[in-house]
Amino acid sequence: MRSVWRTLDRRTTADIALVCAADALVGASFGAISVSGGLPAWLPVALSLLVFAGGAQFAAVGAVLAGGSAASGVVAGLVLNARLLPFGVAVADVLGSRWPARLLGAHLVVDESVAFTIRQDDPDRRRAAFWATGASLFVVWNLAVLGGVLAGRFLRDTDAIGLDAAFPAVLLALVLPTITERTRGPAVLGAVLAVAASTVLPPGLPVLVSLLGLALVARRSKVAAS
Amino acid sequence: MSWTAVLVLAAGTYGFRVVGPLLRHRVAVPARVQQLLTDAATVLLVGLVATSALTEGHDFAGWARPAGVLVALVLVLRRAPFPVVVVAAAATTAVLRLLGVS
Repeated sequence: MRSVWRTLDRRTTADIALVCAADALVGASFGAISVSGGLPAWLPVALSLLVFAGGAQFAAVGAVLAGGSAASGVVAGLVLNARLLPFGVAVADVLGSRWPARLLGAHLVVDESVAFTIRQDDPDRRRAAFWATGASLFVVWNLAVLGGVLAGRFLRDTDAIGLDAAFPAVLLALVLPTITERTRGPAVLGAVLAVAASTVLPPGLPVLVSLLGLALVARRSKVAAS
Repeated sequence: MSWTAVLVLAAGTYGFRVVGPLLRHRVAVPARVQQLLTDAATVLLVGLVATSALTEGHDFAGWARPAGVLVALVLVLRRAPFPVVVVAAAATTAVLRLLGVS
């Protein structure tokens, strides 16, 4: 673990710490939102340990709190987590060939660990960035959720303190630096399509609609190239 | 939400995650495909930001939340520290709601 941290430059290490701090706020809000909405304390804790994907956890709990069935919560979470498949492929190189590392590392494939990994070019730094982010976040996230659950009994209205704006704010701060000139158009188009689709599609699906932005712009640039 | 539901979601999620690491040595992913998948991740994350900032179910989330996220956007572009971005977003939304903006 020490060599992992030594491989990373100070800027990256500081960024990872800041992301952990920010996600601790989100994790605490997740725990608090869950129990202040009337769900049992074990539910947010189990979801955080076993699912370990903020978006899907919010989607699953949100569906149940909004009066949807447990099945709709599970489907929403799974649809949202389908994006982890290309994420897993994108960072597969850093998990090496040993089975324990591959099977354990797979559980740490989250938005943040992928975002930090794909920012690095050097193989050693990619590996260090992945493990440092994934492992730190797993510990911090689960402790924060537990803290939120304990504090949640005192919070009655999480919207009143703006906690619902924290989740998109965290993701925005993470994804913005990874947007390149190539992905800017697809990302904007995808976002517009996803928001438009949310008026008709069930929760969880609109996010996948954003991928259409990628297809359309890729096709256009192909035509322009030929 | 039962333990069964949690375990189904957990198993399915792990399934998605483990495909890449499992297939790595059996399938060579061409550089172009790898790039496409990385781009797809970026596009999906931006889509997640947009839908979670602007929508609540099938409806508009109201002005307070996107206003908070807009403040976050400005702060990120100005390279503000991470916790500042998140706290400012939540505070903006909270203050607007306190002033009666939903």
